[in-house]
Parts: sequence; C-alpha cells; structure tokens
Amino acid sequence: MLKTLARSVREYKRESLLAPLFVALEVVAEIFLPLIMAVLIDEILARDITNLVQISLVLVLLAMMALYFGYLGGKYSAIASSGFAKNIRKDIFYNVQGLSFSNFDRYSHTALVTRMTTDTTNVQNAYDLLVRVALRAPLMIIFSIIMAFSINAQLSLIFLLALPMLSLGIFLVYKYAIPIFRRVFDKYDKLNKYVQENIKGIRVVKTFVQEEYEKTRFKARSEDIRDDFIKGERLVVINQPAFQFTLYVVMTIVAIAGSYIIVNTFGGYDAAGNPIWGDLSTGQLSSLIIYGMQMLGNLMMLGMIFVMFTIFSASARRITRFLHEESDIRNPEDPITHVRNGAVAFDDVYFKYTEEAENWVLKDINLSINPGETIGIIGGTGMGKSSLISLISRLYDVDRGRVSVGGVDVRDYDIATLRNAVSVVLQNNVLFTGTIADNIRWGDEDAPLEAVERVARIACAHDFIMSFPEGYDNPIEQGGTNVSGGQKQRLCIARALLKKPKILIMDDSTNAVDTKTERSIREGLRTHLPDMTKIIISQRVGSVEDADQIFVMDQGRIVDSGTHETLLETSDIYQETHAMQQLGDDADE
Amino acid sequence: MMPMSKKATLFRLIKELFLTNKKAVIIVFISLIFASAGMMSISVFIQIIIDDAIMPALDAGWPAVADRLFAILIAMIVVYTLAITGTLLYTQIMAKVGQDYLDDIRKAMFEKMESLPINFFDRNSHGDIMSYYTNDVDTLRQFITQSLVQFTMTMLTLMFIIGVMLYYSFILTVFVGIGAFIMFKVTSRVGGKSSERFKSQQKSLGAVEGYIEEMMHGQRVVKSFVREEKAKEEFDALNETWYDDSATARHYGNILMPVLHNIGNILYVSLAILGSILVYFNVTNIGFSGIYPFSIATIGIVVSFLSLSRQFSQNIRMVSQQAPMVAMALGGASRIFYLLSLEEEHDEGYVTLVNCIEEDGKIREVDEETGEWAWKHPHRDGRLTYRKLEGDIVLSNVDFQYVEDTPVLKDVSVYAHPGQTIALVGETGAGKTTITNLINRFYEIKDGKVRYDGININKIKKPDLRRSIGMVLQDTSLFSGTVRDNIRYGRKDASDADVIEAAKTANAYDFIQHLPKGLDTDLSADGANLSEGQRQLISIARAACANSPVLILDEATSSIDTRTEALVQEGMNRLMEGRTVFVIAHRLSTVKNADAIMVMDHGEIIERGDHDSLIEEKGVYYQLYTGALEME
Repeated sequence: MLKTLARSVREYKRESLLAPLFVALEVVAEIFLPLIMAVLIDEILARDITNLVQISLVLVLLAMMALYFGYLGGKYSAIASSGFAKNIRKDIFYNVQGLSFSNFDRYSHTALVTRMTTDTTNVQNAYDLLVRVALRAPLMIIFSIIMAFSINAQLSLIFLLALPMLSLGIFLVYKYAIPIFRRVFDKYDKLNKYVQENIKGIRVVKTFVQEEYEKTRFKARSEDIRDDFIKGERLVVINQPAFQFTLYVVMTIVAIAGSYIIVNTFGGYDAAGNPIWGDLSTGQLSSLIIYGMQMLGNLMMLGMIFVMFTIFSASARRITRFLHEESDIRNPEDPITHVRNGAVAFDDVYFKYTEEAENWVLKDINLSINPGETIGIIGGTGMGKSSLISLISRLYDVDRGRVSVGGVDVRDYDIATLRNAVSVVLQNNVLFTGTIADNIRWGDEDAPLEAVERVARIACAHDFIMSFPEGYDNPIEQGGTNVSGGQKQRLCIARALLKKPKILIMDDSTNAVDTKTERSIREGLRTHLPDMTKIIISQRVGSVEDADQIFVMDQGRIVDSGTHETLLETSDIYQETHAMQQLGDDADE
Repeated sequence: MMPMSKKATLFRLIKELFLTNKKAVIIVFISLIFASAGMMSISVFIQIIIDDAIMPALDAGWPAVADRLFAILIAMIVVYTLAITGTLLYTQIMAKVGQDYLDDIRKAMFEKMESLPINFFDRNSHGDIMSYYTNDVDTLRQFITQSLVQFTMTMLTLMFIIGVMLYYSFILTVFVGIGAFIMFKVTSRVGGKSSERFKSQQKSLGAVEGYIEEMMHGQRVVKSFVREEKAKEEFDALNETWYDDSATARHYGNILMPVLHNIGNILYVSLAILGSILVYFNVTNIGFSGIYPFSIATIGIVVSFLSLSRQFSQNIRMVSQQAPMVAMALGGASRIFYLLSLEEEHDEGYVTLVNCIEEDGKIREVDEETGEWAWKHPHRDGRLTYRKLEGDIVLSNVDFQYVEDTPVLKDVSVYAHPGQTIALVGETGAGKTTITNLINRFYEIKDGKVRYDGININKIKKPDLRRSIGMVLQDTSLFSGTVRDNIRYGRKDASDADVIEAAKTANAYDFIQHLPKGLDTDLSADGANLSEGQRQLISIARAACANSPVLILDEATSSIDTRTEALVQEGMNRLMEGRTVFVIAHRLSTVKNADAIMVMDHGEIIERGDHDSLIEEKGVYYQLYTGALEME
C-alpha cells in the first residue's frame, strides 16, 4: 500500500525529505535549551556570572535557530503534502481515463468521486502529519531521554519505567476504543443514509402521514448511537487522568528525590568515591522536570497521531486498491489505424460481464451488416441489446468468437481509431457544462460552425437551438437541466454525428423524442449520410419498422431477424410487442 | 429569521448544555478548576521545594528541613489527587453530557424537519439539508467533546498562571505579558492570512471536485468520444490551481505552530537571562507576595517562572489552535439553531376522519375498523355532523403562486366526481404537479376554493386529509426495511393478508415471490437492488394497501421494458378502479381512458373534455396526440 502511494510523491521528493529534516533540526536546537539553562541557573546560584553573556548568546541563538528551522519545516511540509495530494488525485483521474467499461461496472461514479475528494484530502492530512508531527514527537521523546540521562542517569530511570507503562495504558485504551468508534461511525453513516432517504421521500412520508413513525424510528437510532458514543468516549478519556497520574507521580519522585540528592549524596559513595545516585544541581533539577514533561506530553501526542492514522488508513487503502485497477482492454501491438467501411460482423460471439457470472449475456450471436444499412434491434430490457452493440466499439471484449468492423477484428484496431469510427449515442446520455456548440463539438473540437449546424439540422435540433436566446452559444447547465429530455437526446445525436462516424449506434436514444421528429431524424440520416451504417436499438416497433434488417433479441440470443413485414409473419415476440404497442398508443403509428 | 450572531450562538449553546444536566455541568466546572490548578501547581511546588527545602538544607543540612519537606510531599499528594480526581470526573461526565446534548439536537432537528412544510424541501437542495446532519452536527460534536472543555481548561489555567506570576513578580509578569502580546499578534496575522488563503483553497477545491463529479458522471461518454486526453488536460489545469492555493494556505497554517512554539522558547530563554540578571544585581522584586531584593526573592521564583512561562505559551498555543475549530463549530451551531427556529407546517383544521357504519341512512361513528369512513364535522354552534367519505373533489377558480407576483396557476377549476379519472396533460412547468400539491395541501392556495366532499379542505385536519389521498409518484422513494414494511407503509396495522392482497392488486406479487426472502427481503437503502419497474410496482402496492378513496398518480416517463410496462399499466388500472384519480399522464392510453382531460399551458387549463371531443376540437390536444408536440 505504502509503495503504491509513495509513487505519487515524485517531484516533491525534495520537499518531502526537507520537511522532516528541518523538523529534526528544530528538535535538536530546542532540546539543548533546558540543559544550558541549568548551567545559567547554577552560575547565578554560585554568584558567578563570568559566562553569562556567552551562555545567553548561545541560548538566544539556539532559540532563533529553532524558530527558523520550525518555519522551514512548516513551509516544506505545506508544499510536500499539497503536491502529494495533487499527484494522487491526478494519478487516480488519469487511471480512470485509462480504464475500460468493465472497470466502471465495478465502481459507481460516486465511489470514484469520493476517491478523488474525501479520500485524497484524508491522505493529504495524514501525509502532512507524517512529515511534521509524526517525526517530531518520537524525536522529542528520544532526545529528552538522552538529555535526562546525561544529567542524572540514576534518577532518569524513573522515566524509563513511566514511559512504557503509559504507552501500554494508551495502547490498551485505543485498542478497545477504536473498534467501538468504528462501529459507531458506521452506524452514523447509516443514520445519515436514513435521513437522506427521508428528505428524498418527504412527499411520501407526508402523504401517508408517517411523520410520527419516522420520528420514533429516528429516535431509536439516534439514541443507540449516543449510547455507543458515550461508551467509546468514556474509554478514550481515561487517557487523560492516566497521563496526569503518571506525570504527577514522576514529578513528585523527581522533585523530592532530586532535592535529596542535591543536598546529600543520597545512597552514599561507591568504591571509587563517586556518588552512587549521581550528582545533581538545582538548575539541573529544573531541566530534568522539563525534560520529563516533554517526554510524557509527546507520548500523548503520539497516541493521538496513531488514532488519526487508523482513520486515514481506510482512505489510503481504498485509493491504493483503485490505483492497482488496470484496464481490461489494451491496444494491440501493431494497431490498424484506418477503418475501411461501416460493415459489421459477429461470428459465434459469446459474452458475459464477469468471469464468475454463471449465465452468458450474449449467446451464439451471428450477424452481418453491410456498410450504409439501417439496422433495428428490438427486445425487452436485459435481453442483451446494449451488450451487443457495446462490443462493436470494443467497450468490452468478447469471451468467444469474434466481432469485426470493416472486415477487421476489432481487437486489431487502435482503440481511438475504432471508437472515432463508431459513434454511440448512449441510453443515459450526459451533456457537459459549456455552450450548446461546445457540447456538439465534443465530436470534433475544430469543427466550423457550419458543420455544427449541419449535424444539428440532421438531428432536428437546429430549430429549438435557435429558439434559445443565445442560440448555439447558449450555456448548458451542469447535468443539462435546462433542456428537455427530448432536446437532450437530439443534441447527443448531433454530437455523435459530428465525429463523421462510419457507424452510428443509437441505443434507445430517441425515446423522449416525439414520433414525428424521430421519423424525420431517421429520414435525415438516410438521405444525408447514406454511407454510414445506422444501428437503432429500441423497445418501440415504430422506431425500427423501416430498417433494412431487424434483429429480435431474447435472453441473450438473436431469435428472429428480417424486415418489418417478414417478422410480422414469422416472429412471435415481434408480433406480440407490436400488438401491445398498437393497443397502447396506436395513434403513434 | 436571520441566523444568530456568533456570540449569541455561543451563549445559547452553553445555556442549553447547562440545562441538559445542571448538576453535572456544575460538577464539571468545579472539576476543571481543580484539574487546571493541578497542572499549574507543578511550577509552584518547584519554587517551594527550592526555596523552602533545598536552599536552607544546603546551609543547615537535611535534618533541619525533613519535616518541612514531608509537609510539602503531603501537600503535593493532596493537590495532585484532587487534580486527577477532577480530570477523571470532568472527562467522564462530559462524555455523557455532551453526547446527551448531541442526541437531543439530532432528534430536535429530525423532528423539526419532519414537521416543516414541503416548500422547505423544494427551496433547499437535498445536499444542503443533509449538510445540517453531516457537517454541522459533526463540527458541533467536535466542539462539545473536545474544544469546549479544552478551551475552558486553557482559560482557567491561563488565569491561574497569571495570578501566580503576579504573586511572584510584577516585572517578570510584565515581561511575559509582552511575549504573550507578540504571540497574539503573530497568531492573528498568520492565522488571518491562513484563513484567507484557506477560503480560496476551498474555492479551487470546489472547482476541481465539480469537474471530477461531472467527468465521472459522464465517463462512458468521455470514453466513447475518445476525449480522455482532453479531460486530463482540463483536469490538470484545475488541479494545478488547487495545488498553488493549497500550498500557500497550508504554508501559513503549518508555520503558525512552530513559530508560536519557538517564540515561546525565545521568551523562555530571555526570561532566564533577565531573571539571572535581576537576581545577580539584587534588583528589588515586587509581587503580591511582598517587596524584597531579588537575591532574597530567591532562585526558586526564577525557576518557577521559567516553567510557568512554558506552560503559559503552551496554553496560548492551544487557544490559537482551537480558535478556528470553535469558529467553525459556532457557524454550524448557528445554522442548526436557524433550522430549529423555522416555522412548522400549521394545521388549523378541525374536521376529522372517522370509521363509521351506515344504518337506516344515518351515519354512526364507531371505533373499530369498518372500511367505511366519514368526515366528522363539529360546527360553531356545537352541532356535530357526519358526512360520508366519497372522494368528490372540486377546485373552483384557484390561483396559486410559489413566489410573490409569479402566478403558477390562474383561475383553475376542476370537478372530479367520485370514481372519475381526471388526466392532466401539458408541458413541463404547465402546472400539472402544482394542482396535485394543492389538493393534499403541500401548498396553500392564494385564491379560490378546494372542496372535498363539499368541505373546504382548509377545515380538514391535514393528517386526515392526506390519509384519504393516496399517491404514486414518478420518483418512487422506497425506504430501507423489508418489502412488507414498504407496502404497509401507509397503514401500519395492515395484516399479512392485506399486504399480499395489495401486492396482487399491483401485479407485484409475482416478482416479490421470486425475491430471495419474498416479502421479508430487505431493501438496501432506497431499494437500489430492484429494477425501476419493480420499484414502481411496489409503490403501487403501497398505495393499494393504504386504500384511500382518492389517488394522485404521476406516471413514470423512464423507459422500462414492454413486459414490465404492461404489468405496471395493469396494476395502475386496477388501483384506479372505484377511486377518484388525478393522473399526470404520459401514456396516451391512460389519457384516452380518462373521464376528463385537462390540457394545461402556463398555469391555465386551455382545453378540457374527454378524448373524443378533444380530438374533434383539433386543438393542442390533437397535436399532442398525433405526435406533433412533445408530451412530457
């Protein structure tokens, strides 16, 4: 996990190393302060100030250096963590661009957004913490121990006793508290989902007069969360009195024992005539106390950092897992970069979305389409229509058999070449922020306005575009909310046409367009673009009845094929669908 | 009402917290005093030990101070025990008080939300309403569980420290004061810059995230159009801008703490130097403890001052660290209080819906369920009349507007007799949905009258009115829970037989039986594991189970396959039987079978009549029907 993430540091390696370096230098400069101060105090006690100026200078200099190093550490960590987050976000985004449709099937779009927003921010915060505080705290502890031992090793043993004890305490508390918090945050998420459901369904709640019922349900959940929170909080806050207890005990022992050592040489002398409990001055006693406080304080800090990392690690794991995601579809070695014509052929094609899936989505598909033909594909939801056409532009790869375009296996083409030659108007089409012209130009960025207008006319979109105050320069709002469903579909068709594709596939993409307009779009396509192969998927018989060939799909197979007239004679499903729709809206015909 | 000021919010927060559990809060406060006094006392004990034990002992020997030292030890044990007890108490109590209060707030918010009029939900996006629960409650939680107590404790400690400093020495206190002043200046300067940059960082982050959101949503289109490189390019530009802003914002944020920390260090060493000079030159010391030359005033005071000044700057650092979080929490709290202050949907109705039986043409109210309902109408003169619930709805000359001066409905009259189906037809925004919103009083009409079985609907209690009107909306909104829970959502006492019956009416029973656990299948949030068509079938069953005499139907436009569509259609038709139905129609077949069709345009009914007469008229309806106009 760390290895994958570390790859995103890249050009910020320097800052990522400088930040902790300066933090370390700051700690070193700072750690000497109490020690030197002890000398100063002892000089005063001895009423000898010969070294006062030098000592003062050293002290001020050290403090200034610490300030400067601290500043630099902050500065570089800001660059390092921001740069790291920038690169991570970029890596995820780039990775998404390289993935295939089957990868997207595994990730909802909100999950992808979360990877690049919340998760990235979490990782940035962790990184910021890592290059600054996470290093500072342990360094402070280690140096404080060294300093304390250099003053009086015997007395400092108390620290070596206290530190592991407190660490164990902190560890135990978190060990029991973290699972509680995980659980409660999980419940918290569920509560929020529940609230969301209520906001979305407020009309239903009010219509069925269920306000009181919802309140009761919410109350139970909220109280459950409260109880868990209290449990967790009560456990975590034990850290504070535990810390104080350790601190006070240590301080009391150091103060009393220390003063005894100062006055008497406590414990007598060893054989060599050195005091067994070491030597201590008043100034040194005060620095020992300060080192002790630093040690314990930073240990608490370390505990907090530990907790934060457990929170962040979930985000990091999610990001890593996604960065490891590789595209299922890759360019061939020697790709073909020209599509000869719009002929399409399926030979014994079998397909399913995941290897584990039990049933084939497409079974034994054989068909051949000549360039320029109009093809209709009809069948119910989930019968395999959309799956079938997604194989043509190689959004997915077949499991068995072969799909060819212009007489060449789609797997031999350069992917970009193939997709530029095959234009798909998807079922769930999306417009983007920008003007109407911008949106149509997705098909060809450099197209002149005349070309844009030409395709808009074929898609029967020109008239309504001109009815907008700013015509082609009228903005589309995010999500395309300022155009109606039918208008949106027509803009999407225009966009697809601007690519000058050899094959145009419309996946149920005129269902919000009225019948008359739909017919004129079909006519426009036939007269203006006779060489382009047109494949129309629909649930409405009316949309495909004038096609050269119609394929009827059921349970992943092509069960019948032919023209409207022959199918009405031969195909049960086709007849049934036709009859049902005649009954429903015969006036449409 | 405007959101409250920060100060007012803080006072209200503290007041409410206090009222949650007065005794506990008082104990917490006292405990905090002990805890912070304990922290401060470390420095004081150093002074006492040095001046009262070590110094005399150096001259007079250990035995002379043994008693004194023992007394100090006892004092330390007592003070520290009190301090630890204080900490233990306030942390344990606050954990409960804080969570109790948060629970109260959450419940108050939800209860308020359920009682707000529909127009609140129309005016505020779902995301905005959600953020009350997520962001605002979250910042408040952090404030109450962490910042508030820490802040109080820090303030108390600072007060103690200043007191002790003044007791020891005025000169040194003034010196520390200067240091504190510098630290505050630095904090407000750097902190100000930081929050300023942070805002622009938030803005550019919003831009990147907006772009990401849009691209992820349209990712399949991006791929089909081979726009990956272009997308990367645009993304990079936004991401770079964010990086610049983030690096500067964090720059100020990250340097603040080390800078403050080391200003504290400089103060600390300067104090040591100054103290040494004062002691050495016997400068007279003045403090609340008395006036004496510094040499007498002892080295203990200087040492103690050193550690006091360390604690002092540490606490100032804490304050500046907490300040932005406190500001954020107060912002969140003031939004929450604003939500809680919103006016609830009010109900001045007094006509209620009761079960009844009809005997000899007379209606008698009964307690048990009879399947027969009546309006119970108390009159001003004390009379009580009953009227049978039939489902006769009349709108006469209704005007309506969502906002002042933009009329949405103009002089609309609709007559729906019991059992009739009224189809509303017209473009988006023509006012079809608005009519249905007025019938169940999600909104109040501006002028005109709506009568239900001859009773002005303003006189009917809203819950009773709504109970008598079922609804099947385009947006099916199922709730987490089992299929059974969802079907009997509108009638909690429905028996299993009722539920199955409703499911059968809706044509939903077949597919429900094929679900893993049948009626007991748990629908994950919002029924995500069902197809759109299945969700529609369940929402029809839900309305069937509620069994109300009037129905509002908003036909779905989303494409479902022909077979399911036929099932939905059939279920709908069965549901409509014997009921008064207002249907916002998208299917021509539905329209054709309606008793009356209202063609709406810009808030007015421009054509009315049944299918045949309207076709003959050759007006807008004719054009819609023949497909010359889009119907949405």
